[in-house]
Amino acid sequence: MGVRKNQANLTAQEKRAFVNAVLALKANGGYDPFVTTHNQFIVSDVDNGERTGHRSPSFLPWHRQYLLEFERALQAVDPSVNLPYWDWTADRTATAGIWGADFMGGNGRSSDGQVTTGPFAFSGGNWRLNVNTDSRTYLRRQLGTGVAQLPSRADTESVLAITTYDAAPWNSSSAGFRNNLEGWRGVNLHNRVHVWVGGQMATGMSPNDPVFWLHHCFVDKLWSEWQKRNPGKTYLPTAGTPDVVDLNERMKPWNTVTPADLLDHSGTYTYDTGF
Amino acid sequence: MSEDTHATELTRRRMLQGAAAALTVATGTVVIGLAGPGGGAATAADPGASDSFDEVFQGRRIQGRPADGGSHHHGGGAGTGYEVRIDGDELHMMRNADGTWISVVNHYQTFATPRALARAAVNDLQGATLVPIVTA
Ligand SMILES: [Cu+2]
Ligand SMILES: [Cu+2]
Repeated sequence: MGVRKNQANLTAQEKRAFVNAVLALKANGGYDPFVTTHNQFIVSDVDNGERTGHRSPSFLPWHRQYLLEFERALQAVDPSVNLPYWDWTADRTATAGIWGADFMGGNGRSSDGQVTTGPFAFSGGNWRLNVNTDSRTYLRRQLGTGVAQLPSRADTESVLAITTYDAAPWNSSSAGFRNNLEGWRGVNLHNRVHVWVGGQMATGMSPNDPVFWLHHCFVDKLWSEWQKRNPGKTYLPTAGTPDVVDLNERMKPWNTVTPADLLDHSGTYTYDTGF
Repeated sequence: MSEDTHATELTRRRMLQGAAAALTVATGTVVIGLAGPGGGAATAADPGASDSFDEVFQGRRIQGRPADGGSHHHGGGAGTGYEVRIDGDELHMMRNADGTWISVVNHYQTFATPRALARAAVNDLQGATLVPIVTA
């Protein structure tokens, strides 16, 4: 069973192992299908029709399963690797360690947004984008441009304090913990981080930027934290809801797991600390 | 689009180009859209059934018009009812429950109108061309 750690506490060797596993997956063709799957759901999840990956209650269990699939793909390359998370309430500047040349690489350059440092810089020859919105095949970032500030610890605490998991109409206009965490409503946590990073992270093909996994790992950790703080509360809706995934319904595209199956992750992985 | 609308649009466009040029000089960037403190809260404005646009923005032709949704890959109930093109290529977009809009280029940030959405995409593209979305 793996322990998912804060990226700020990884050793140099752990950082290297994670980066190398990601590069190996990219090289063997296993990475890009994750980007395609994500965008498939991004463009088909709609507020007034079927919605599974986003803007719906299953936003959290869908990404939990999606991260597990990715983590298993990395572990097939290197069994020692676990997903790290990025606590953006703490590491909140464009010069934080996460953006170092030994890990995610830095901000994009001002002329065209191209990331030119670190293992995912186009010039390194290991990170060409094949599933993209447009003709540019290099990784881009514009840290802090689309929105100036990452969510704060107080913002995050205010969302963790919402005691109802989700609410009708179960979409981007819902009240509840899920939608405030996803960010269509309220202080905006998850969506805001995508916008803060910019470049491909702002698009439906956001997993093209490996920081996607670290961001979503933290979102998953926040869900886990919410579960710990609200032991009497569970995933909603429970049954009979059109267009959205109920507690015991299987989720596409895997059609093997339900939200109920994913509520307790302690048999598969744990987090190093609470929030 | 009626001739009237077109004439108004041309005037508006010239004014906007002037304003945009001034902004570019002042700040080195053109800020379009209504990003709120939360990274993209926009106030919805109904584009209305007749609100088409066809303009050149930063050298790119952007067009928006009501559509019956037939061109949408995942149609089933999406009901976007609107279509935006950049130099003729479709910008995948959708409407949120609160009436705001998002596109595949700016997926996590909402815009009040399809026109603001199109301009934001042009800003992000920096001259690059949209490619058809791969869904399998
Ligand atoms: Cu997603
Ligand atoms: Cu996300």
